[in-house]
Amino acid sequence: MRQPKLYDAVPMSDPVAYMARTRRYYDAQGFAPYRWAQHDDAPFAPLPKPLAECVLAVVTTAALYDREESDPRHVASASALEPPERLFADDLAWDKKATHLDDRASYLPLEALREEVAAGHLGGLTPRFHCAPTEYSARRTRDVDAPELAKRCREDGADVALLVPL
Amino acid sequence: MLGSALDIVEHCGVARFAFLDFPLGNPCGKPYDRTMQREVLAAALALFETAAGPNTTRRLPWRWSEDDSWRDGYMAIDAADAARLAKQGAARRAHRQALRDAGRVRAG
Repeated sequence: MRQPKLYDAVPMSDPVAYMARTRRYYDAQGFAPYRWAQHDDAPFAPLPKPLAECVLAVVTTAALYDREESDPRHVASASALEPPERLFADDLAWDKKATHLDDRASYLPLEALREEVAAGHLGGLTPRFHCAPTEYSARRTRDVDAPELAKRCREDGADVALLVPL
Repeated sequence: MLGSALDIVEHCGVARFAFLDFPLGNPCGKPYDRTMQREVLAAALALFETAAGPNTTRRLPWRWSEDDSWRDGYMAIDAADAARLAKQGAARRAHRQALRDAGRVRAG
């Protein structure tokens, strides 16, 4: 019989309340409360064919270069076949106390995706991956950057997209 | 989507969300743990076929550590931070205004 582990007895902790913490932090800095994007009618499309026949595009929120926080951000793309060894995200909010971004595969899963393709679980990977600029303006993300990302995914023949925000 | 900010993603609304309850930064699994990364990705890909409608969240079963103390550190504020953060916010507003005045902002 399996020995119970110490943590079996306690319930899983609640996920971190990121919105509440961000509000509190912004408030301490004297900023107005941030309004996150909200879509009551998130679009949904069933797969057009089995995943084993679908070509997938990956979208990350990391950047291709070491951006200054004040640099204007734009959609960018790079080779998924010969990807850069690392991406950059020092200007973004992620848990810099608890972890690091030294292993690209921990936030951009290109190698694992290739293994899924090789195993026949996924049809293929687009030749490029894309970097979404995380903008303060939800409107700019919705009206400018998201259509550009969708356009690039379609140009590459993608059937599905996997968004992997940091 | 594969990510680690449950409340933000569910507030926003997405088609399919594979939620890995890890510190923000490693949504594909622990650094250098290739086995976990491969399994996390496979679980996320499975959602493409199993989700029946929008706003489908699947909580993935991995834990970052047996100790949950990592959850307390993100954007933590204590009394000693208040003055520093207020000053930092004021400096940031001044910096942004200077960028706007110089036209160094994104059009659109």
